[in-house]
Amino acid sequence: MDSLRGPWPWYVVGPLVGAMVPLLLLIGNRLFGVSSNLRHLCAITVPSGIEYFSYDWKRDGGWNLALLAGIFTGGLLSALAIGVPVPDISESTRTALASLGITDVAGLVPASLISWEALTTWRGVVLIVGGGFAIGFGAAWAGGCSSGHAISGLADLQPASLIAVIGFFAGGLAATWLILPRLLA
Amino acid sequence: MNARELLWCYALGTMFGVVLVQGEIVSWFRIYEMFRFEAFHMYGVIGSALAVAASSLWLIRRAKMRSFEGQPIAVPPKTIGHGVRYIAGGTIFGLGWGVTGACPGPLVAQIGAGASVMIVAAGSALAGTWTYGLLRSRLPH
Repeated sequence: MDSLRGPWPWYVVGPLVGAMVPLLLLIGNRLFGVSSNLRHLCAITVPSGIEYFSYDWKRDGGWNLALLAGIFTGGLLSALAIGVPVPDISESTRTALASLGITDVAGLVPASLISWEALTTWRGVVLIVGGGFAIGFGAAWAGGCSSGHAISGLADLQPASLIAVIGFFAGGLAATWLILPRLLA
Repeated sequence: MNARELLWCYALGTMFGVVLVQGEIVSWFRIYEMFRFEAFHMYGVIGSALAVAASSLWLIRRAKMRSFEGQPIAVPPKTIGHGVRYIAGGTIFGLGWGVTGACPGPLVAQIGAGASVMIVAAGSALAGTWTYGLLRSRLPH
């Protein structure tokens, strides 16, 4: 299985990601979008009488929760059977990371920033807890995330999704160029 | 929701999870590199994914295809309203994406692949969505 170890080239990865849209439409007339699962999980666990969480999650979201369970299994299989690839990032990115004090680029996340140990520092809390909250709040407000808007919505030429994707990039650029350098200074 | 659909979706999700990890779309380093415009990788992934998704949508409509259950395939349009929700929610989402290097699908793939601390980020994402649900009627859309 080692020969399957990534990084897989973009022209293999992209089409496989894009194929999710027609496959889900053909399987059950469903539109690809992962962040709805956050809503479904809230509806299952703590609906708290909130209108946004009062709907038939089994009917609307059962398929998507099965997909989410699959994503977890796929991540597990990837790591166990194939191995997590070492990102082949560009030299200039390495230099920029080193200037922020990040020299270990193995794994999916930088261990010095995002790990259980890092959670004991305020920096780690801002990154992990604050970042996670922003993902959940922002995706719900925008009505979609990188899959629902940047893939499904843009592929369907929805103007709303274009606005959302512009927002995604504005936020991502601010995080990369303004927040991370200050947080890690 | 029926058992066959659930099984198909689970299988498709598993494939997607493998692709996310081996394609490094769930790598914090790749997302950082993307927002610094220092490599083509992520843009190639998003661009070719869009090309495949858009052309297959066109074909599905053109051929008036039906789902396996026999329903006509329909993609609901997104209501634009004032557009505030898309730009404001999108920007907040982007901030989270930029600092954690993850979005909802990748979070789960990262946890599966062993980055167990992302359970905390995922729990926090749930809290974020719950808070949106609570404040929804008071937020502009």
